[in-house]
Amino acid sequence: MAEGEKYRKERLDRGIKARSDTIYVLASSRDLLYLLMPRALPVALLILLPILLHGTYWEKVLFYSCIFGLLALSWDFMNSVGLVSLGQALFFGAGAYFAGALNHYLGWPIFLTIPAGTIGGALICTALLVPVVRLRGVYFSIVTLILPLLFAHLIETLEILGGTHGLLSLSAYPSGWIAIYLAVGALLLALFGFRKILDEDFGMILRGIRDDDRVVMAAGVNIYWYKAQSIFLAAAVGSFAGALMTHYYQFVGRSVLALDYTILPLAAVVLGGPGSFAGAALGSFILVPLSEALRAMGGLRMALYGLILIGALAALPEGIFHYLQRRYHQFERMVKV
Amino acid sequence: MTEDVILEVRRLTKTFGGIMAVCDVSLEVRRGEFVGIIGPNGSGKTTLINLITGFVKPTSGKVLYKGQDITGKPPYEIACLGIARTFQMARTLHKLPAFKNLIVPLCSPRVRKFRGGKYGERDDIAIDILDDLGFERDSFVPYKIAGTLPHGYLKRLDLARCIALRPELLILDELFSGMAMSEVAATLPMLEKFHREGLTIIMVEHRLRELFRVANRVMVMNFGQKIADGPPQKVMEMEEVQKAYLGTEVEE
Ligand SMILES: Nc1ncnc2c1ncn2[C@@H]1O[C@H](COP(=O)(O)OP(=O)(O)OP(=O)(O)O)[C@@H](O)[C@H]1O
Ligand SMILES: [Mg+2]
Repeated sequence: MAEGEKYRKERLDRGIKARSDTIYVLASSRDLLYLLMPRALPVALLILLPILLHGTYWEKVLFYSCIFGLLALSWDFMNSVGLVSLGQALFFGAGAYFAGALNHYLGWPIFLTIPAGTIGGALICTALLVPVVRLRGVYFSIVTLILPLLFAHLIETLEILGGTHGLLSLSAYPSGWIAIYLAVGALLLALFGFRKILDEDFGMILRGIRDDDRVVMAAGVNIYWYKAQSIFLAAAVGSFAGALMTHYYQFVGRSVLALDYTILPLAAVVLGGPGSFAGAALGSFILVPLSEALRAMGGLRMALYGLILIGALAALPEGIFHYLQRRYHQFERMVKV
Repeated sequence: MTEDVILEVRRLTKTFGGIMAVCDVSLEVRRGEFVGIIGPNGSGKTTLINLITGFVKPTSGKVLYKGQDITGKPPYEIACLGIARTFQMARTLHKLPAFKNLIVPLCSPRVRKFRGGKYGERDDIAIDILDDLGFERDSFVPYKIAGTLPHGYLKRLDLARCIALRPELLILDELFSGMAMSEVAATLPMLEKFHREGLTIIMVEHRLRELFRVANRVMVMNFGQKIADGPPQKVMEMEEVQKAYLGTEVEE
């Protein structure tokens, strides 16, 4: 660069987006491929991974990634209605205990306990949270944070649902393939399902509530009813993950209500980038394997894990997914000022 | 049937801590009227609107709409009964495209009852309403993210959201403030048209010249109280009204 001349970066859209975020103009099959690739590739990979990793230790990591991915998606969905949750563990634990109890006490088979755990867990969580949806901002978050800890405490002191020992020797999956493909399938369904919901008219209302709930009320829409429906959907996804995990471990105990199931999904969303769901899933598929890979580090594991997380956030505050998306849709060049 | 009362406000009072924002205000609006509300800054006009539309609960007093007591009902229920309101600081759904803002009222139980409107079809209805209010359908404007639009457009988007609700009573809180002259000139005939078509309108406005062009009755507030109510010319000649406006600039 010559002395005295200034350059700046210019960003250009690769440009098939027209008019708005929702309307595209497709001129050729190449454009179509350009749009489909970022969706088709990860889906194909997810479907193939269980086969590629079959029989290895990493198969289990894939399963965990899906579980935490579901919790991260559930968080991101609530956030898109403006409900900041700090209690994904509540959803997870409700589904896990619901399925576990039905299996343990009533002897229901897996193909009943998982759907029942999903719906039942979601209903319980919705009933618990609906009374507090009127609370604004951090007050709602604190209630979601406290509830799972409270239930863990109740289970311990009242010695219900197996108390400190938990419920043991629950039914196992007839085959490992079922567990892993249930997890992968649910993750894809939740990912694309949530994205679709937010693009529909229903989703416009949810996004509107997050933007300015008074405007939505002035437009004649009962915001509490929509918030309740959102909580139910998010809780169903979290409870499904819990029910799935219960039968994977063949055990359910107070640990399913632990803070881990709240914090790790939240970290995953922040790392991947909130608001797109793809970011939440991507974040989980980075964080869970990373935390496994660091297992060899022993005591330094958590410190290293934290450092990597902070480093990633400092470098890409918008989240990895949004960064990748921008790089894909735009290119940069230097121009003279 | 222009004589029946659509809105009756009975001795409404609202205090915030020690402040009397609205003090013992009564008001009757008949179907088809175009009522202006004026008053100096802080005289309680916005609070009165918030009380009528359920955004603020009254300390005492009642609001009746078409004979039904709506005091204390939540804002969305009141909106669904047919009372639409704009906000003084034009509130819109900033992150949504402008036309998607109208999807919300179009999905409300009130409009769903009027006509089905499926997904996709609602987009068309939204664009139609916006087109009427100066968001040309063939331009980029209706499809832009609302937050990126100039202030005057946000004000009209706020109005469009009200119209999409198919209201029977429309309450405007300083719709024209911050609008360019040309925008005011374009919006005024629209309001007259809605009025001719049978909509009852209550309009809080500081731009008196425009207000007096359309309003057939004006209520004046000062320090939370109603100090005058009647035909515009008569009201402005009253001594109390002139005193209330002394020292506060009357906008052109
Ligand atoms: N939420 C609130 N909390 C406390 N005080 C309030 C609140 N809303 C309004 N007030 C007070 O009530 C009084 C009336 O305010 P209001 O906004 O109704 O006046 P206004 O006539 O609309 O004024 P303007 O012409 O400036 O819009 C003011 O003194 C204001 O400070
Ligand atoms: Mg005001």
